[in-house]
Amino acid sequence: MINKKVQNVEEALQGVANGMTIMLGGFGLCGIPENSIAELVRKGTKGLTCISNNAGVDDFGLGLLLQKRQIDKMISSYVGENAEFERQMLSGELEVELTPQGTLAEKCRAAQAGIPAFFTPAGYGTEIAEGKEAREFNGKMHIMEEAYKADFAIVKAWKGDEAGNLIFKGTAKNFNAVMAGAATITVAEVEELVPAGTLDPNHIHVPGIFVKRIFQGEHYEKRIEQRTVRKR
Amino acid sequence: MALGKEDIAKRIAKEVKDGYFVNLGIGIPTLVANYVRDDISVEFQSENGVLGMGPFPFEGEEDADVINAGKQTITTLPGASFFDSATSFGMIRGQHVDLTILGAMEVAENGDIANWKIPGKMVKGMGGAMDLVASAENIIVAMMHVNKAGESKLLKRCSLPLTGVGCVKKVVTELAVMEIVPEGFKLLERAPGVTVEDIKNATEGNLIIEGEIPEMVIE
Repeated sequence: MINKKVQNVEEALQGVANGMTIMLGGFGLCGIPENSIAELVRKGTKGLTCISNNAGVDDFGLGLLLQKRQIDKMISSYVGENAEFERQMLSGELEVELTPQGTLAEKCRAAQAGIPAFFTPAGYGTEIAEGKEAREFNGKMHIMEEAYKADFAIVKAWKGDEAGNLIFKGTAKNFNAVMAGAATITVAEVEELVPAGTLDPNHIHVPGIFVKRIFQGEHYEKRIEQRTVRKR
Repeated sequence: MALGKEDIAKRIAKEVKDGYFVNLGIGIPTLVANYVRDDISVEFQSENGVLGMGPFPFEGEEDADVINAGKQTITTLPGASFFDSATSFGMIRGQHVDLTILGAMEVAENGDIANWKIPGKMVKGMGGAMDLVASAENIIVAMMHVNKAGESKLLKRCSLPLTGVGCVKKVVTELAVMEIVPEGFKLLERAPGVTVEDIKNATEGNLIIEGEIPEMVIE
């Protein structure tokens, strides 16, 4: 067994430097690497390019990094929940690259799988297609999209073991499972870190080979963005 | 009488057929799930990674790890599954999802749709909408026929940045049900008490009227 365990979040994020490109898992606030985001705020790393489906809310998730102006560029599919984000974007302080969600996921998966580029119909005929190669397959137009290149991928899982194997819960699998292994260094934070051999190999969602460093997060708030319930 | 949002959802629910996998967008489309007949088998997909979505949880049973694409807490039904975002859009791009129902700011008579950006004013992003409209075979749009200023949102050509081209199959508004055909918006049904003339006045794009146009039946 190759041990991927590190002692804490400081050790996990060693080497993160100004100007780097970082992928962060999660959809909305679901499955975001809370402990690593808090550490990035504490470290004060600046000039970051962040690849993440959303940008958090004003006072949680990536919104915390936006508040401190640590992000120069965001690559996302939907940013509607964050007023500070919208302000920085409309004023030009923050560069934003909006990408269709399925394309964003596939650009991560392609990076994980060593595929440099792929064709997708998403965005053909829209401003997303500007400057991209277009080609017809099976009578339908597609545009070429390239795999992302990132220095760090930071993902969050429910359970993990010392070998770096990951298991997710519910819809928190989202971008976490496709970003693991899609960057030079992948850091996984988990709610529960167990010794190798504890998790059933049949139940592993992300094999440990995609994870370089793993640690157990100290605290998870797991904030709910839209609490919707029904009457009993 | 123009339809309310719930009635638009009720009318669209009739388009959901037995055995369909359906993706519902945010807003009116989400309401459609409440009105699908209970004697047919349908599974709802949410692009953040769940198939077999159920109703909202009972109070106290919300789980931060189980949400839909609108970030709302949800439950799952027997037979449900969770998956990652690449797999989710594989289902969509690979045309395994039978029906997509989404909202729009504008639809054009050639089937173009705009729903993600108002330049200089509002930029929330396209989320999964561009992937959905580029790949789904059957796309129904739930929207308001006119904007607050009374201007038509069913146009000859979209004025806002496009989400997808030539993809919308059907439009259901507070006034009418229309099918997109090569010549434009073909009027299929009118809302109870709404005249063909009312719909004509509210539609900038080419409206095709053939024979008697029946009233929608909303139960």
